[in-house]
Amino acid sequence: MSFFGLDCRRKKEKEEERHLRANDREFNLTFQYATNAIKTSKYNLFTFLPMNLFEQFQRIANAYFLFLLILQLIPEISSLSWFTTVVPLMLVLTATAAKDAIEDFNRHKSDSQVNNRQVKVLMDGQLKSEKWRNVQVGDIIKLENNQFVTADLLLLSSSEPLSLVYIETAELDGETNLKVKQSLTVSGDMGDDIEALAAFNGEVRCEPPNNRLDKFTGTLIFKEQKYSLDNDKILLRGCTLRNTEWCFGLVIFAGPETKLMQNCGKTTFKRTSIDRLMNVLVLWIFGFLALMCIILAIGNGIWEYQKGFYFQVFLPWPESVPNSAFSAFLTFWSYVIILNTVVPISLYVSVEIIRLGNSFYIDWDRKMYYPRSDTPAEARTTTLNEELGQIKYIFSDKTGTLTQNIMTFNMCSINGKSYGEVLDFAGQRMEITERTPKVDFSFNRLADPKFVFHDHSLVEAVKLEILEVHAFFRLLSLCHTVMPEEKKEGELLYQAQSPDEGALVTAARNFGFVFRSRTPESITVVEMGETKTYELLAILDFNNVRKRMSVIVRCPEGKLSLYCKGADTIIYERLHPACKTLKDVTTEHLDEFAGEGLRTLVLAYKDLEEGYFEDWRARHHTASTALEEREEKLDELYEEIEKNLQLLGATAIEDKLQDGVPQTIEQLAKADIKMWVLTGDKQETAVNIGYACNMLREEMNDVFIISANTAEDVREELRNARRKIKPETIEAEPIFEVKQPKNKSAVLPEDTVEGEYGLVINGHSLAYGLEKSMEVEFLRTACMCKTVICCRVTPLQKAQVVQLVKKYKKAITLAIGDGANDVSMIKAAHIGVGISGQEGMQAVLSSDFSFAQFRYLQRLLLVHGRWSYIRMCKFLNYFFYKNFTFTLVHFWYGFFCGFSAQTVYDEWYITLYNLVYTSLPVLGMSLFDQDVSDRWSLEYPKLYEPGQLNMYFSIGSFIKCLLHSIYSSLILFFIPYGAMYDTMRDDGKDLADYQSFALLAQTCLLIAVSIQLGLDTAYWTSVNQLFMWGSLAIYFAITLTMYSNGMYLIFTASFPFIGTARNSLNQPNVWLTILLTTILCVLPVVAYRFSRTELRPTINDKVRYKVSKSKHAPPPQATRARIRRTSSRRSGYAFSHAQGYGDLITSSRYLRKNMATFSPRSKTNAKQPGTVLKTYRAVKDTVVDKTL
Amino acid sequence: MASSYNAKEEDGQLSGAAGSGGVGAGKSKKPDNTAFKQQRLPAWQPILTAGTVLPAFFVIGLIFIPIGIGLFVTSNNIKEFEIDYTGIDPASPCYNCSQTLTWNSTKPCVCKVPFTLEQSFESDVFMYYGLSNFYQNHRRYVKSRDDSQLNGDASSLTSPSKECEPYRTSDNKPIAPCGAIANSLFNDTLTLYYINPNGTESLVPLQKKGIAWWTDKNVKFRNPGGNNFNLTAVFQGTSKPVNWRKPVYELDTDPENNGFINEDFIVWMRTAALPTFRKLYRLIEKKNNMIPTLQRGNYTLEITYNYPVRRFDGRKRMILSTISWMGGKNPFLGIAYITVGSVCFFLGVVLLIIHQKYGNRNNSAEIPN
Repeated sequence: MSFFGLDCRRKKEKEEERHLRANDREFNLTFQYATNAIKTSKYNLFTFLPMNLFEQFQRIANAYFLFLLILQLIPEISSLSWFTTVVPLMLVLTATAAKDAIEDFNRHKSDSQVNNRQVKVLMDGQLKSEKWRNVQVGDIIKLENNQFVTADLLLLSSSEPLSLVYIETAELDGETNLKVKQSLTVSGDMGDDIEALAAFNGEVRCEPPNNRLDKFTGTLIFKEQKYSLDNDKILLRGCTLRNTEWCFGLVIFAGPETKLMQNCGKTTFKRTSIDRLMNVLVLWIFGFLALMCIILAIGNGIWEYQKGFYFQVFLPWPESVPNSAFSAFLTFWSYVIILNTVVPISLYVSVEIIRLGNSFYIDWDRKMYYPRSDTPAEARTTTLNEELGQIKYIFSDKTGTLTQNIMTFNMCSINGKSYGEVLDFAGQRMEITERTPKVDFSFNRLADPKFVFHDHSLVEAVKLEILEVHAFFRLLSLCHTVMPEEKKEGELLYQAQSPDEGALVTAARNFGFVFRSRTPESITVVEMGETKTYELLAILDFNNVRKRMSVIVRCPEGKLSLYCKGADTIIYERLHPACKTLKDVTTEHLDEFAGEGLRTLVLAYKDLEEGYFEDWRARHHTASTALEEREEKLDELYEEIEKNLQLLGATAIEDKLQDGVPQTIEQLAKADIKMWVLTGDKQETAVNIGYACNMLREEMNDVFIISANTAEDVREELRNARRKIKPETIEAEPIFEVKQPKNKSAVLPEDTVEGEYGLVINGHSLAYGLEKSMEVEFLRTACMCKTVICCRVTPLQKAQVVQLVKKYKKAITLAIGDGANDVSMIKAAHIGVGISGQEGMQAVLSSDFSFAQFRYLQRLLLVHGRWSYIRMCKFLNYFFYKNFTFTLVHFWYGFFCGFSAQTVYDEWYITLYNLVYTSLPVLGMSLFDQDVSDRWSLEYPKLYEPGQLNMYFSIGSFIKCLLHSIYSSLILFFIPYGAMYDTMRDDGKDLADYQSFALLAQTCLLIAVSIQLGLDTAYWTSVNQLFMWGSLAIYFAITLTMYSNGMYLIFTASFPFIGTARNSLNQPNVWLTILLTTILCVLPVVAYRFSRTELRPTINDKVRYKVSKSKHAPPPQATRARIRRTSSRRSGYAFSHAQGYGDLITSSRYLRKNMATFSPRSKTNAKQPGTVLKTYRAVKDTVVDKTL
Repeated sequence: MASSYNAKEEDGQLSGAAGSGGVGAGKSKKPDNTAFKQQRLPAWQPILTAGTVLPAFFVIGLIFIPIGIGLFVTSNNIKEFEIDYTGIDPASPCYNCSQTLTWNSTKPCVCKVPFTLEQSFESDVFMYYGLSNFYQNHRRYVKSRDDSQLNGDASSLTSPSKECEPYRTSDNKPIAPCGAIANSLFNDTLTLYYINPNGTESLVPLQKKGIAWWTDKNVKFRNPGGNNFNLTAVFQGTSKPVNWRKPVYELDTDPENNGFINEDFIVWMRTAALPTFRKLYRLIEKKNNMIPTLQRGNYTLEITYNYPVRRFDGRKRMILSTISWMGGKNPFLGIAYITVGSVCFFLGVVLLIIHQKYGNRNNSAEIPN
């Protein structure tokens, strides 16, 4: 590392191609590739000061103060001593520098921790333990199980057969499933033969470093043979080695050139809307400042011309000033210095402190702490808090965010009897709670202990060996594509490709029909303790059109049966007419299940005749080997055999929502926050969840489903929807479209809509909807709907939707998600929230806030967000008020001191006013204030609305604040002026001298702004009191000290105000003046606020009034019963899996690689996938060999 | 088989237990349950209700009006007499002086202004000179002094601060006291004669000590050389301010009132806040309880007219005033208090009406949810 740490910035000539040779450091060094040391820190000990200062002065505020400082050093201009600027500037710089230093120190620490990790490197024919930082391109290193991959490696060989390795890429892309990588055979043959590896001198030529994780191209030249390299042979830094004892790899990219580091890129810097507003206001303020200075400068010119010129008998012009115009010019700059406090330097620092404090509250909140995973909420970005109080749109992921991605077998209907409800003695349905007694499955040693069921009658039915019940569970245990794994005897793990299936098979398992193992030709089931092996004759696999799957099995007894499960509508068409009555009863049950938002499946079976089946099977064989129209032919065959089925019953599976999701959504809806669900899931599942979490409701006027295939159709469907909601908006359309393209900041008007509508759009249509020509159309329609669900969307589309809303709506957006596929939307939204769930950390890492449960969102927004917003707005309003008031007094004084840029206050007071006298009280308010407590905030979500409408801090309120300041400053100048005019002390001595007047004015000011703060503070904690009274006390203490004899005798030139405090603060009329100014400053505010609450009370006023009347906090929110609906709507289809797995199982053609991605979201899979794979490998070893 | 199930169960329990914070509480990331961190600090939450605001307005009104009346009456009881002797009007006795005066004129010009006191001044009387349109608060003027020099610092005496420019040196010698303030020291001499009923003039005794702040006299201003009373020697090597007729060590004969600690000088050096100001010039002490300090009758003010203000339209006044507990005559505060008190009371009534008309309606209204 170079001395100035600038090497990182040095531009190397762009690398065209990477060329390296294994085990040849000298050769590789000629290219000057980066070593594996990473450096995320910015400074070192020597560069810290210059670099940090350089960076800090790039900030406009700091640069401005530097400019002021320079102005102050010009004696002709200097109206204030240098220290008035230097002291605050130094404090600000030091505080920022300290913060930067701490952050950088932490980065240094984490860098060195990473750089000092140990890895085994092959050097001089031996394996040596080395630090990561010393690894270089071209080195061969050995990784062991569960180690992090050190750098981007070319896989050479591994402990596993066929040189496979399994890696987890969670840190890279958030997917927890394992991926398989395989080395070239030529290198894989070396195994762990150290000598061979040490002698390995392959040359690699490949692409230069880049950030594409999924692509790699290169060639390996070894023994004069060329081998092509692709991504399958590369291990990327950031991955973890799993289920592989060891592997060897050749370092290709190291350190900052690895794909992980190249991807780290700059995180987009998010600013809040208040930040942006503040920047605008600062410009305004500069304008205002310039205006004041110009007025005063002109005044000075006139004064010098009319009076100053003649007053030269006593006060000659300096030699440098030849005329009054030049004097005016100098005065302009002098006033720039004096009035600089309108752009307060400490504003920025205070804003940061407040945000930081409010972030800590989020981190500290126990009510957002999730005990089960020991995760507290975390504010990862500390600069966005107040925006949490202004959210208008929430974009939510579904799986893992709204739902737990856990399916539970909740209810079923068997042969016309419904199971799963717990009834009390009166036969009334009881709410299932934690305390409801669970069914005891101890009779079944193979039962899954985690399975919970409450209705005892079903077990009884099983034990009574009721035929249909047994058939029902037998079907569930046979008709599926689940893979079992039994590592230890009796310890069964199911690997289901969809959680629905897993739930069903597990249910069967617990009720005594344990699916134990399978081969391509058979299924072994333990039925009520008795092991039976069924011959698996065919799997009629699922696809999107069929919406059902069947298996044909031969019982041990020899009977042939077809078991089928599928969507109700589909199965019903294929039932035997004899099932009519049963069908009606089952339909009733299905309606009931659907009404609770459960996913339903109908089960049916059929016994087959041997002869028919043989015939069918033969035809099936021809069809499946046919070259043309195979699919169609197979479909026909399936259709033929799945007929005249006997209805068995129906299952109802609950896609378990995260706790409190419907309530949270309801709360947020009350706060007028619009919720859009963006999910990669299917339409059916998404709609189902929409209903389950109360976003879609039966009572809605209409739910539009947009799923068209062409742009025109999509437009038509969107228009139709809007025609239905609000016909008149269709006509107004063209005007807007013409206007729109040029005007970039076009804001879509908010349409008021009668009634409630929902919109469901699928990814395909969304792609059209997001096109330039249609986006406005889409957005307009979507925004009229209460609920929008986009299903089957890609991560990119998620981000596009967010950006679309950001572009046309002047609203703050929030995106919440848990998976890697949500990262783009989390980054795109104003605020990104990550659910720290099981899907890797990617979402959390790119989020601004993270917590474990969706339901914490309401607390984050309605409590923390609202408070932060209110606090920030109060702070800004007050801060501008106090500084304008402070500054404007100088302006008025200008008219009485010949516009000479004389200050009203003591210079020390000017220095300390913002830093000491008024900083803590306002900070106290902005850190502790609450208008109403958290309970009440949640009780009345409507309190959130002012934030969305930007009501507390806007240009309007800024102007109000300015007018208030003008009034106050007039009072604060002219009342002391009047009171002091030609007056005397009570012993006849001077009182109207400059110093006494300054003291009086500054004391009045401080007391007035303190009282004003008191008025603004709604929540007086002891800390507030301490800060407030403490600051006043400190003011008097400091003032008396600075005006004391001692200070004067030591620093004569700096403290000329000696004796002023003693001589004037003992005068009654001084105190009477202070009282009068204070009352005059405060009275109108009180009168205004009081009459406003009386005449037009805001929701806030009303709630506060109510709070003050009621003694107790509102009752904690009742955990509302699950909302029951009577619904005719039914989840059309419950499978969430894809087609093709049936083939996989029977055809013995699948690869391990497929298996690795078999079930990306299954928990069990994530835990032990490697072993599962290994089990399968044993079974299918021959297959693998063949394919390779 | 059963044992393996148990193992599993334990597994599950472990993860659950660790989460609930019971086990290994030290490691749990559960935030502390403190009032501060949970934002539950006990607090007083005042709101503006009719019950507090309306009484406050009435009370303030009721307190302010009497105070205002008191102040106003007190101020009115103060006897004050003011006379402008600038001599702008050709009829004025000082007209000639004001016309002929320049800084360089060596011959003092004396003028006499007769006036009549309609009322006798019973208590101590303070004699002020007042200047108008005189910008003692001009930034460059205020700065133009050297406090170290005035505090008796030897090095500052010989090399005064740069702030004193252009009155820092003259004839290559440092000016003591330097700067524009000192340079423009008010140097009119005012003498007061009472014209006895029999026509004879009797000098009204004016006391010139005790007119400056104690802190100024004793702390802020000190002659160089400590207790060396030979000020002539102390100020050796310095030059008098350009406009002065005599050096600083000849301001008075009394060593306690000479040099930098001359009270007239100190009073002048305490610059005024506003361009119109008055400064204490002399005290007229009450002799005994029987005779008023200044009887009603005719007086003559004799002015040694040295101070030029005509160039910049300045005005010079002489003021005789008594004082009260609240200082000099100033009706402003009293009137302000009465006004504010009345406004306050009036506002209280208005707000009361508003409250009666609208308040109850709003408070009983349901909160939309």
